[in-house]
Amino acid sequence: MKIKSQKDFWSGLMFIVAGVGFAIGATNYSFGTSARPGPGYFPFGLGILLAVLGAMVLFKALTIESEGGDPVGDIGWRPLILIVLGVVVFGLALPRLGMILSLPILIMISSLAGDEFKLKEVIINIIVLTIGSWAIFIKGLSLVIPLWPAFMTA
Amino acid sequence: MDLINNLVLGFGVAFTLQNMFYAFFGALLGTLIGVLPGLGPVATIAMLLPSIYALDATPALIMLAGIYYGAQYGGSTTAILINVPGESSSVVTAIDGYQMARKGRAGAALAAAGLGSFFAGCVGTIVIAAFAPPLTELAFKFGPAEYFSLMVLGLIGAVVLASGSLIKAIAMILLGLLLGQINTDVISGVPRFSFDVPELTDGISFVAIAMGVFGFGEIISNLSRPAEHREVFTKDVKGIWPTKQDFKNAYPAVLRGTALGSILGVLPGGGALLSSFAAYTIEKKMRANPGDVPFGQGNIRGVAGPEAANNAGAQTSFIPMLTLGIPPNAVMALMVGAMTIKGIQPGPQVMTSNPELFWGLIASMWVGNAMLVILNLPLIGIWIKLLTVPYRFLYPAIMSFCCIGLYTLNNNNFDVFMAAGFGIVGYFFFKLGCEPAPLLLGFILGPMMEENLRRALLLSRGDWSAFLTRPLSAGLLIAAALMIVVVSLPSIKSKREVAFQEEL
Repeated sequence: MKIKSQKDFWSGLMFIVAGVGFAIGATNYSFGTSARPGPGYFPFGLGILLAVLGAMVLFKALTIESEGGDPVGDIGWRPLILIVLGVVVFGLALPRLGMILSLPILIMISSLAGDEFKLKEVIINIIVLTIGSWAIFIKGLSLVIPLWPAFMTA
Repeated sequence: MDLINNLVLGFGVAFTLQNMFYAFFGALLGTLIGVLPGLGPVATIAMLLPSIYALDATPALIMLAGIYYGAQYGGSTTAILINVPGESSSVVTAIDGYQMARKGRAGAALAAAGLGSFFAGCVGTIVIAAFAPPLTELAFKFGPAEYFSLMVLGLIGAVVLASGSLIKAIAMILLGLLLGQINTDVISGVPRFSFDVPELTDGISFVAIAMGVFGFGEIISNLSRPAEHREVFTKDVKGIWPTKQDFKNAYPAVLRGTALGSILGVLPGGGALLSSFAAYTIEKKMRANPGDVPFGQGNIRGVAGPEAANNAGAQTSFIPMLTLGIPPNAVMALMVGAMTIKGIQPGPQVMTSNPELFWGLIASMWVGNAMLVILNLPLIGIWIKLLTVPYRFLYPAIMSFCCIGLYTLNNNNFDVFMAAGFGIVGYFFFKLGCEPAPLLLGFILGPMMEENLRRALLLSRGDWSAFLTRPLSAGLLIAAALMIVVVSLPSIKSKREVAFQEEL
């Protein structure tokens, strides 16, 4: 069997897995009856429906010819990993190191994700954005965000 | 006259210095966003949601509304100047608008778009003020079955207009509905799909999904493409004002576009996008005057008509949200979210429980539109300059604001991690050609839909046919089914695909 549309093949598979997963998960909760639907009623039905639609997408991907096989294309691992890493590191760092350090870390990591990294520009960007964020979020909107590292304020 | 009294109340609210400032700020921000490619109103409103905790409900919503129609304007500016529609609804504007710009008539095109939109915005505001109350009365007649059917219609309506495969779009809605099931069941109090994570029993924050998918996911996919070098149209924009002949040609198109947009905007799922496509088609079909420039080569009617329709539609699409609490598109979904953040349950009762918010918002739509004209016509040159801000400066800024915003949602880094996860998901959606907007709509409507479905079944003692025996509910479901059938017809299907091809 030949896959005629890569994109649809994988999205169909994704919908089936998600649908079946939710439907199985829903069996942990009381299903109820039509007259008294329980907490598992709606998610179970939706999960099944999603799996059915996923199967339709999958079937189409295997039968209907598409232009050039509709390839998924290369995955941009570098931006994917670095952007997500930057966000996660920021999440971990903010309560401990404060905004004054975690924001520069975030900007540095995410700037590495692009292909035009110039240290000088990134440093300017860091200074502008950190001061700007302080002015907007802490000074302007008076949101509760740790500014300085925890070891300095303790 | 109730209408007059209400509008007076509304303008009283809108003309306070504070609210004028927020309307102006929103319109300015919206225009900026519309002009900057790769940063849509959905991502921006999601970015700003945490900051509205600090604001009162009325100025917060006024600002968000300002962003929404500001983005509509900004999107058409880039469509005309550099042939890059900033918003999907300005796709058709690019066709004739860019041709006009190439012939050195960018000023006329921009002015036609701006003034046409302003006129349409004024009419749209009056339409909302006049028709929202009767529609609200109707809303009180809605039972759970009708609400459920209306939501089905709204969701289907939203996807038939989305680009790409219809089945996949519907599947994305279902996925969104399922993600909305991660919460504590309202009726029985059972936590569902929480895997004993305490944060998940409150449900996933939709800000985390929106920022993850639309913010981070889009950044990842933009960066993974080789930097494309757009050819910016550098010729100076000379002569902002159109000629007398231009006015004569454009004004009937503006009138037609306004009428069309006002009607189509009210339909759930219709909104600005459909109306601008429809207006362009109508203008093309109208008899040409002798000496007219052919369509596709810079006809001013091809700019003025769709722009007016798009703006009128953008205005009247507030009606289903304000009266029924049902968001017709992703931006409106975020507005509903903003209302809930401020403790206002969207729906027909808003008009009576928060009249100053309701009428103030409507009046400030007009104020915002007026400000957009003031902003846009003289500042066109500056907008073009902004386009030269390189993406490598822009995306770290977007990420910084998103991350700080996510943290401040609950003063907790859980939402930051959730958004990181949804960033990965969003990138794969993009890779697989799955539109994320329907997912967000489904996610927002999920809990409401479930509640109404279960209530309707309780009332009918488990009889599913209740949805088809109640006339209003049956009508709505039939309309939804018709929409699917019509879009699946081969002739329309191919046209729909062609229409969206230009967008990609």
